[in-house]
Amino acid sequence: MSSTAAGALSDVQPRDEDGLPAPSRTRRRRLFGIVVGVILTPVVCAAMWPVTFDSREELFEIPKGTWARRMAGEKREILPSEIHLLVGIRNVLMLKNSDDVPQIFGPTLLMPGQSLRIPFTRPSENYFACTAHASGQLIVVVEATPIWPWNRLSWRVRGMLRRLSGP
Amino acid sequence: MKKTLLVGALLLPLAALGAYFAFRRSPRAEEGLRCGTFEPAREAPAFSLDGSDGKKLSLRDHLGKVVILEFGFTFCDEVCPVTLGHLTEVYKKLGSAASDVHLIFVTVDPERDSPERLREHLAAFNPSFLGATGTPGELGAVQKAYGVVAKQVVSRNPAQGYAVEHSSSLYLIDRQGKLRGLVPFGTPADDIVHDLELLLRKGS
Repeated sequence: MSSTAAGALSDVQPRDEDGLPAPSRTRRRRLFGIVVGVILTPVVCAAMWPVTFDSREELFEIPKGTWARRMAGEKREILPSEIHLLVGIRNVLMLKNSDDVPQIFGPTLLMPGQSLRIPFTRPSENYFACTAHASGQLIVVVEATPIWPWNRLSWRVRGMLRRLSGP
Repeated sequence: MKKTLLVGALLLPLAALGAYFAFRRSPRAEEGLRCGTFEPAREAPAFSLDGSDGKKLSLRDHLGKVVILEFGFTFCDEVCPVTLGHLTEVYKKLGSAASDVHLIFVTVDPERDSPERLREHLAAFNPSFLGATGTPGELGAVQKAYGVVAKQVVSRNPAQGYAVEHSSSLYLIDRQGKLRGLVPFGTPADDIVHDLELLLRKGS
């Protein structure tokens, strides 16, 4: 009698608190594998994928009509207070004044249509006096090219955090 | 099976890394000036100030020479002495060509930088360095024309009373009087020498 009852019990599928069939161990493992895969794949890709850019130049441009818009009361930041560059692959800061009037842009005065191209060849932190920023400073951080997977991952994470934290 | 997967998992990243190094584009050598370049080059804003040699110092008088323009003050204990020391090294590296390069040090502190003080201070680095001073109005106009920022702040050295926070870049003016380059603070001496030699060759 008891053996029959035990046999009947062993055939019963385990159920969770809501009475629904509980996932089997294999299904749980599979689910765990998928979750780990979903998390790890972008991490591994971010670490392995080489850092490349279409151009070495990081361009910041004062669009035409900026002065007129500022005079009308519009406040718009064109140049972030901190710019990040990478030696060898994204190492040129390009400032262009496409407005109709001379403008203090970054470290200098640019005439209408004029641009200033500054290449950086070594990792460094460069401080430029700049009246366009509340702090009075423009900082150009030049980092070494991230060659190793860990460096690439860390560079991408830092870039993402900077973008999330805003200008 | 497990072994094959393990070997594959180890080899795949190595292969990817190898492929990256094999196909990555090698950094192209920079052409032209190594420092900042103005495009198109414009006429360097003219000025006429009091020179440290006791004469009137006009930018026009230096046409035919390559001019390095520095904005600073003699009481500066951080940026200016480093830059002047750097330029002394640049002059040495230029050798005889240095005679065609004129350094003009425009003060941002007219209250304390008299022509005599400028002369004494600059001579400690290189006797050929020229200082320029003037009234606050004259110097303010020159700063504005070049986009130079300068403001008085409380000095960390109480004996000095005040210091001046100012733009630390150098300006390069070619033999024709065109404002060609901007040299950020800390640029290696060799890069400055490279750019000066380029400007000297272009106008000779």
